[in-house]
Amino acid sequence: MRDAEPLIEAMADQLRELLAARDIAEPVLVGIYTGGVWIAERLRQSLGITAPLGHLDVSFYRDDFSRIGVHRQVRPSELPFDVEGRHLVLVDDVLNTGRTVRAALNGLFDYGRPASVLLAVLVDRGGRELPIEAHVVGARLNLPVDQQVQLTGPELLRLVIQQTG
Amino acid sequence: MSATHFQLDRRGRLLHFLTIEGLTRDHLIDILDTAESLHGVAERRVKKLPTLHGKTVVNLFFEASTRTRTTFELAAKRLSADVLTLNIATSSAVKGESLLDTLRNIEAMQCDMFVVRHEQSGAAEFIARHVKPHIAVLNAGDGRHAHPTQAMLDVFTIRRHKPDFANLQVAIVGDILHSRVARSLIHALNILGAGEIRVIAPRTLLPVQVENLGVRVFHRPRDGLRDVDVIVMLRLQKERMEGALLPSEQEFFHCYGLTEERLALAKPDVLVMHPGPINRGVEIDSRVADGPRSVILEQVTNGIAVRMAVMSITLGNHARPAGETA
Repeated sequence: MRDAEPLIEAMADQLRELLAARDIAEPVLVGIYTGGVWIAERLRQSLGITAPLGHLDVSFYRDDFSRIGVHRQVRPSELPFDVEGRHLVLVDDVLNTGRTVRAALNGLFDYGRPASVLLAVLVDRGGRELPIEAHVVGARLNLPVDQQVQLTGPELLRLVIQQTG
Repeated sequence: MSATHFQLDRRGRLLHFLTIEGLTRDHLIDILDTAESLHGVAERRVKKLPTLHGKTVVNLFFEASTRTRTTFELAAKRLSADVLTLNIATSSAVKGESLLDTLRNIEAMQCDMFVVRHEQSGAAEFIARHVKPHIAVLNAGDGRHAHPTQAMLDVFTIRRHKPDFANLQVAIVGDILHSRVARSLIHALNILGAGEIRVIAPRTLLPVQVENLGVRVFHRPRDGLRDVDVIVMLRLQKERMEGALLPSEQEFFHCYGLTEERLALAKPDVLVMHPGPINRGVEIDSRVADGPRSVILEQVTNGIAVRMAVMSITLGNHARPAGETA
């Protein structure tokens, strides 16, 4: 069990710097359900972004439908702004294979053509199967494949590392 | 094994969608929640999801339909499936090919899903029992038996306006006897715990022992419509009627037609629904059908999201982890 709040502070600092360097004044944050939404909301407050938060559910874009079907508890995606021409920051809790991010990018582009997309993750645990890297990383963990890292919330955000299988 | 159980796998998940009867609240809520996630797709720049990319859906329509057929077609297309629609009443059946031979031929074209509309009760189940196990079968209306996706789009429409089912009073009015829509809707409302379900119809248009379905029976709109939250008008199914079940359409409208005066008996925020196609001046006055309480066209829109949900859930439940066989 590990407190995630200091990691989110570190993410906020990195993101602030990156946005300044790229001269992005009005970014919008898009959280991937569920953990990504919690982190994106913290980042939004920390950075004082007034634009509403986007919520993205990637269930219908996943590449494992033929193997496991539709994920339970699908939620409606909500992007309460025009994606066209906007600078987006995609936020997720754990970056592993990169397949969720691939699905999220495909989903985003069905709403419009963003000017740019940055990727911010709480934990990068390695194990990439696709050419995807994050711009902002709260922590890098080297975990054996049989261990799973999960974010619990939404009040107190904590990282839980568990043995699988 | 009944259709109820036949449509589920060993873990109780939906493999086919043949009837509402016997499903659990969880099954229905899962469909409604999935449909809710899919509802926004139509508002986006790209009205399409990649979920069923590479799958082939065949609409087998042995009976005429416009709304159901086109919304099933659109639902499949919005999930990126390839869709083929066969109006069989006008092709093989006429040439004398048997149902099973028709099935075998279409199966040979490597399909993943059949959407079946047939005038015989039990036709969709028959087909589900005879197709290869990887094929999902959806019932798009079989005789007087069931029309489960219509029932789901009806409860979906109600839930979007009035989510508190425990305190919901729903009146279903008209030709209950010939209505697969009514039968499926009554099952769905009961499973979801609707407060009270009323049927309002002349004795000749009610099935025997209709009370056993869990409804209160009324014969006069002025008794049954009082304070209801939802009114579902049914189409008078002239094509299914044999013999003199009702005197005339004018007489039916006079006794049961939904007019503004009768509408005033219901709650002020009542929802007026109709599965379509509407017979104006037979079941419903145009002023009510086109009026502010009507959600009839919303039902059509919602039908797409609900059918997308059922398609992705059933085909998803046919999915197998790599290496695992059925």
